[in-house]
Amino acid sequence: MTAAKRNKTPSNALIPQKGFARFKKNFLRDRQLYLLIIIGIAPFILFHYGPMYGVQIAFRNYRIADGITGSEWVGWKWFEEFLTDPNFKRIFLNTLIISLYSLVTFPLPIIMALFFNAMRKQRYKGVAQTISYMPHFISMTVFVGILNLILSPTSGIYGNLFRLFGGNGYPADFRTLAGSFRHLYIWSGVWQGMGWQTILYTSALSSVSSELHEAACLDGASRFKRIIHVDLPAIMPTIAIMLILRMGGLISVGFEKAYLMQSPLNLSTSELISTYVYKRGLSDFRRFSYGTAVSLFNTAINITLMLITNYTSKKVTENEISVI
Amino acid sequence: MNAIAMKRRSGRVSSSDRRFDIIITAIVTIYVLTILYPLIYVLSSSFSSGTAVTEGKVLLWPVDFSLEGYKMVFNYKAVWTGYANTLFYTVGRTIILEAQIILVAYVLSRKTFQGRKFFTWICVFSMWFSGGLIPSYILISGLGLNNSRWGYLIMGSMNVTYMIIMRTYFQTAIPGELLESAKIDGVTDVQYLFKIALPLAKPVLSVITLYLIVAEWNNYMGPMIYLRPTELHPLQLILRRILEASQMDMTMVSDAEMANQAAQMGDVLKYGVIVVSTVPMLCLFPFVQKFFNKGLMMGALKG
Repeated sequence: MTAAKRNKTPSNALIPQKGFARFKKNFLRDRQLYLLIIIGIAPFILFHYGPMYGVQIAFRNYRIADGITGSEWVGWKWFEEFLTDPNFKRIFLNTLIISLYSLVTFPLPIIMALFFNAMRKQRYKGVAQTISYMPHFISMTVFVGILNLILSPTSGIYGNLFRLFGGNGYPADFRTLAGSFRHLYIWSGVWQGMGWQTILYTSALSSVSSELHEAACLDGASRFKRIIHVDLPAIMPTIAIMLILRMGGLISVGFEKAYLMQSPLNLSTSELISTYVYKRGLSDFRRFSYGTAVSLFNTAINITLMLITNYTSKKVTENEISVI
Repeated sequence: MNAIAMKRRSGRVSSSDRRFDIIITAIVTIYVLTILYPLIYVLSSSFSSGTAVTEGKVLLWPVDFSLEGYKMVFNYKAVWTGYANTLFYTVGRTIILEAQIILVAYVLSRKTFQGRKFFTWICVFSMWFSGGLIPSYILISGLGLNNSRWGYLIMGSMNVTYMIIMRTYFQTAIPGELLESAKIDGVTDVQYLFKIALPLAKPVLSVITLYLIVAEWNNYMGPMIYLRPTELHPLQLILRRILEASQMDMTMVSDAEMANQAAQMGDVLKYGVIVVSTVPMLCLFPFVQKFFNKGLMMGALKG
């Protein structure tokens, strides 16, 4: 009832009110909305912004008994320790190489989406797309389990096919080779994620107007040419945004998969910053301050990369495409 | 040039276009088979006998059809406590997180809401910076939420991307006139959310529910860090133990015959639990798929 009454006096809105008075009036009008958003966002603030307060332990010598603010300041000590650690170079390079390597596979879902989009038989297209989404629903634990089973030289697909095509005995065991970790990591990731990643591009493609295609047809463009000159430019903004987001996460390689794929034998290539933080900071050594410092270092690099890509993108596209 | 000339001569479908069709269909078919083969292999292995699996006889279809793998799974008690835990965590956390997403998304979708900029900024900023693993752990264990079922339910916060998808949906798919006329009828903001906005947002709701369910069902890292006691472990942690354990047994057991036996049991059991734990998620998708078209996914980007 009161809402209706307020709506009937729009003349009030025309009189400019000063800061606090206007705030108060709007606050009263929006009081239910305030209530809703505060209920919804409180856990988010607690669990997302709460830990930010704790980030200061990267500069302190945190001990549980002393609490966060009670522990003594040590400045950059942990950062120095990490940067001078004999393992630093290896871990940093492992992370960098894996992410650059995965960047190589960035175009694959785009190409696949273009292919899906170009398919003539709609039913087959639908079936193919649905199948391509399936691996996304498999958990990382199961996925790594399947990978290990399949690649078993004695009883997996890999060993069975090896013998089927005339191999003798058992082939080399990829799972334990340090040199094959990266390839396994990246290409199994393509198997699992590519279909799902096409969704974004296929939905962008579905908004390409058919008139453009007809016009291109009249001009005698072949189907391949239409993909290059009509479809691809249409999804360019989507591609650019995905690329920026990807660049921002360049040094943050997912924890779960690398952790699950690790074994003592491949640690020289499979130890990444995120797994290192977990092991040193939480599970094995429980060096809270050191672990926090390492992950803060990681975050700093990520934000820098993000800002650089975003800035470049703004310049190149004249402010049209940016994330921030 | 040639292609264009051909096209003109032969009418609508030129031979180069037909060739293109064949190439695309071939590539897609190869891709689909690459996806399917390992999945079928896992399924077939789970229905094969232990010896056939260990000796590497399975190639595509089950060899010596048997249900011994599933019998083992059913007798494995930990799998069932894990299943129950997973169901509890998945249902509880999905409801809680979804409620947060809906409330925040709805309020931020209201263009006249005064705190809109401020709250949007709070959400978006968090995408670029977070406290990280260890400060979160310190906070959550400080609150006493770790190692407890109920604590695990309420820890964690909404996914900002999903929130933005839903906000964009509220903004674009529900006409603004609806709000105005509802206001004139004296509908309050809370009533509008539950009686008008939510029923209209069914497509986006079901898609986000699917995302949340899958993420919770498959979550490994969260329970690993925050749920130490074995009886609280969800399925994923138990799976990991099964999938890893017998691999260890193989190398640890020195006696060749014993190792072989352990491996035989292990492999079929592994295939069995993989199927039992994954099938529910794969079955979920077709139900939501009809909502999955059109620019739903684009919401996050346009936001």
